[in-house]
Parts: sequence; C-alpha cells; structure tokens
Amino acid sequence: MSISIFVIAEHLEGTLADMTFEMLGKARQLADERGGTVTAVLAGYNVAQLAEQLGAADALILIEDELLAEFAPQPYQDVISGLIRERAPGLVMVGSTSMGLDLAAALATTLNVPMLSSCIDLSVEDDAYVVTSQLYGGKIMMETAVTAGTAIAQILPGAFRAEDGQRAGTPTLEEIPPGLHPENFRMRFENFIKPEAGDIDITQAPILVSVGRGIQTQENIALAEELAEALGGSVSSSRPIVDQDWLPVTRQVGKSGMSVKPRLYLALGISGAPEHVEGMKNADLIVAVNTDPDAPIFSVAHYGVVADIFDVMPALEERLGERVS
Amino acid sequence: MNILVILKQVPDLVEELEINDDGTDLDRTWMRYIPSEYDEHALEQAILLKEEHGGTVTALCLRIGEVDDTLFTAAARGADRLVRIEGDFEGISSRDAAAVYADHIRRGNYDLVLTGVQAHDDLNGPVGARLAAQLEIPYVGVVSGMHLDPETGVIHLHKEYPGGLLTVIRTELPAVVGIQSAVKPPRYVPIAKIRQASKSAEIGEETAEPQSLTPGYTVRRVFKPEGGGRAEIIDGAPEDIAARLVSIFSEHGLVR
Repeated sequence: MSISIFVIAEHLEGTLADMTFEMLGKARQLADERGGTVTAVLAGYNVAQLAEQLGAADALILIEDELLAEFAPQPYQDVISGLIRERAPGLVMVGSTSMGLDLAAALATTLNVPMLSSCIDLSVEDDAYVVTSQLYGGKIMMETAVTAGTAIAQILPGAFRAEDGQRAGTPTLEEIPPGLHPENFRMRFENFIKPEAGDIDITQAPILVSVGRGIQTQENIALAEELAEALGGSVSSSRPIVDQDWLPVTRQVGKSGMSVKPRLYLALGISGAPEHVEGMKNADLIVAVNTDPDAPIFSVAHYGVVADIFDVMPALEERLGERVS
Repeated sequence: MNILVILKQVPDLVEELEINDDGTDLDRTWMRYIPSEYDEHALEQAILLKEEHGGTVTALCLRIGEVDDTLFTAAARGADRLVRIEGDFEGISSRDAAAVYADHIRRGNYDLVLTGVQAHDDLNGPVGARLAAQLEIPYVGVVSGMHLDPETGVIHLHKEYPGGLLTVIRTELPAVVGIQSAVKPPRYVPIAKIRQASKSAEIGEETAEPQSLTPGYTVRRVFKPEGGGRAEIIDGAPEDIAARLVSIFSEHGLVR
C-alpha cells in the first residue's frame, strides 16, 4: 500500500525538538521503501524559518497563529484535529513527550480513531501499519496492526535516530489558516519558568553514578557519593529519587530531566523504564547493577550485574581504593 | 472545591508478568495489582489542595483486583469520599475506562479531576486526556505544580519539559489534570491508620457496564523483550565483580 504519514513537529523556544527528526527519519524510511508521502505539520507562530530543516518530509503544512506560539493543549488540538479530519492520513506520528502526551489521546478521542502509545518500532505491510509498543515499564512488548482509516502512533523519544530525519531542504510548503475559535479555549500559555542552575551540571560529567529506587533511603545516597568520588564522577538519579526530594531535579536523568552522554553511566538499582532510558541510552559505556534479572535496564546496558547494590558498591569502592594506594 | 482523584490499579512490576497461551495478552490469573504510582501523586496533590483551600477529595477506583485497601489508604491519607465501581474491568483500555469515569463525573459535581499523567499499561494513551476530550473540558498533563485561585475558578498549572524547563498554563475549571508528580512526595501513613480507616470509612459502590466498541486495531503478539537484552552479565562474589568492573573501566580509560 502507498503510505501517507503525518508527523506532528515539535518545537520549543524557536528550536525544533529531536523528537521531530526522529519521527521524520522513520517516516521517510517507510515512504522510501513502500512509496507514499511524508507530511510534516508545523503549528506555531513565526516558525516558517524552521521549514528549511524539514527536508526529510515531502510536504509541510504550516499553521501559524499567535495562540499557537507556545504549546497549550486546546488550541493545538483544535487545529490539528481539524486538519486530520479533513486530510485523513493513514498514520499520524506524535511524540511521547510533554506535548504529545497531551495531544495524541485527545485527538484519538475527538476523531474516534485508534491510538497506540509507547511505540518503539513501526513498519508497513501490504495492508497494515504495524506498531510495536513497549509497556509495563519496558518489560512487555505489544505488536499491533491497524488496517483501515487513520491511526495515531505515539512514538517514544529515542526509538529512532534523529540523524535520519535531519535533512536540509524545504519541503513543498502549504500554509493553511488556523481558523481558531479562541472563545472556545479555556486555557492559555502564560510563561516559562527556567530551571535554576544546580550545583553540578550532570550533562557535562564524564562519569555518572546514577541511583534509582534500589538505593532505598536518602541516607544511602551518601554511599553513591563516595563511590562517585572514588571514580571521579558525579551522582545522578532516576525520577523517583527526585520525587522523594532526596536529590535536586538538576540531577535527574530522563524525560523531563536531563539527557546525558557520559563516558561511563553506572546505573545502581535503576529498573530502566523507558522514561529513564531515553535520557541515558547514548552513554559510551553503561553498567547496570540490579537485583531483578528481568530489569529492562539490562537491555540497554553493555555490562550487567544481577546483585544487591549494597554488596557491589563497597566492594567496588574498595577495589578502586586499592589501585590508588 | 470538589476534587476527584482517579486511582487506577496496574500490575505490580515487581512480580513476574506472564503471557497467555496464545500470546495476545497478559495472563491475569494470578496478577497482583497495585495503584499506579502517578495516581498516588495525583492523590497527594489533591489532598495538598484541600489542605490549602478546603473542599472535598473523592477517591475513585474501578474494581480491578483488590481495591478496598487502595481506597482505605486514600482515606487514611485524607480522602473524604471513596467510590468503587464494580464491573468487568480487568484489562480494560484507557479509552473504555475513560468512558466509565466520564459517566461518573457527569453525575457528580466536581471542579477538578486529578489523575496520573500515564500508567505503565496504557496502550491507548493517558486516561486523563481521553476523559477530558469526552467531557469537552480542558486537560493539561505532565504537571508537577499548581496554583489555584478559588475566587476566579482558575488554576495555573506547571507543565514539565526536558531539562527542568516548565511552562505555566492558565486553565479554567472544571478541568482534568494529569499529574507527573505532586509538589511533595506522597505522604506515608502507618498501617494502624489504614486499619482504622477500614473500620470507619465507607466505600460507595456503583456499577457500570464497560462499553465494548471495537478498538480499531488487532493485537498480534505480546512478548517479552527478546534475548534478555544485550548486557554481558558479570557473575561472582562481590569482590570478583568489583575486580572485573575495575578492569572494564580500565580498558575504557576511565580509571588509572
């Protein structure tokens, strides 16, 4: 079948998000294999200059309005649902991101079309789009097929390579009027709150000793600090640690935290849910220690240790100490 | 200010998940359910709002596994009203669950609905976004902070983006909000207090027939990630593991 894919572009503060290129790259590959078109949909305000980065798409639909300048769910949903209803593409790709999580399921409900979340792989067969979703904290995969009408796939960040979608060249541009009805909107974007600089910039650290739920108590973080010191690195963490106020948000790796690419990422008691993995999977060397042999972190780690971190941490620190002395 | 919190039961990932014989769903025979972690944050946020502004908090569960403990725990934390909806809900999609919640909400008098931003088994996306679209009221998700102005019925929501960036979205009530995390970690309640709640608190019971519309897709295969991943597993006593790790670090020029 000839495919027709819409990619909902994401941008923040005037810059296209990697998510956009990751989706475009995959869509481009499928269209090249099977024949068909890739259309990028760019909603925003004063964003026309971003078009020249969207060469991986055949066509670009640009929708500009002051109300779309920054993301607020209602206005975006309004313009995008209208567009999908009118054009009826086979597949709409939306990121599993802060923007996409508000948008995709709402679009699916309004348009009454199927929507599949947490997509980590996508292929096309003769009469179907085949979506592989990674659920249950990364422990279970579900392969689903959609055949008729429009479907929405919500793509996990990092599922596809951004480089594949970064092609210069401006696709065929079509500008459409937003046709917004502001009187219907009961929300609006107000302002940004920028993060305060932390004591340590974990995105610059060459070695990260990263702790997850397995660290158990706030007091135990000191053990990770000691180990990090012995390795010449810094301590980062997964989300639950920050939610417990055991470490500041500036130390958080993953969705809504930082994306890091250290030379060594030592994951201690981190299960490896997709939200965490998207922020660290590009580290040069990943070593994971976890008591659960089925922990998804072992599928991104280069080396794995199935053991209690409280046995491994002191042994490792001691061994490192022996080398120095 | 009447707040509804939706508490969803999800499989406990500490337990091994089993796949059914024809490989198209999980085998739920022995499944252990726990409340979704994000929903626990939604409950905490609701109680914080109540403490600041007054009003009531209602905790709602579809009957999936044993839910009474989840509801009594919510009461011990500060929920005023508990509702359990009975029906055939095991394995229900977020789309179909949203329809059941919407029906309850239409009959209630809620200003604000809080739920977790997602659950780890939401193949059909976040229930909050679906619910709000069905009710045609605003939804904002990935929220980790808020400021309510009860005079004007407006809530200012802090929505998270990568790198610690937040946007503030001003939303009129009623609205549905998908909570990423409460401004404080969910409060601990001692078992004794939960036991006490189980004696004093009452669970309101409702029933619902989940709709059975065709999902629009077919599940072909449910499977565990293949090959157990790519990590090379290091075995041995802690000292042996440490020695091997240090030698790997050394090969990579990470230690002298």
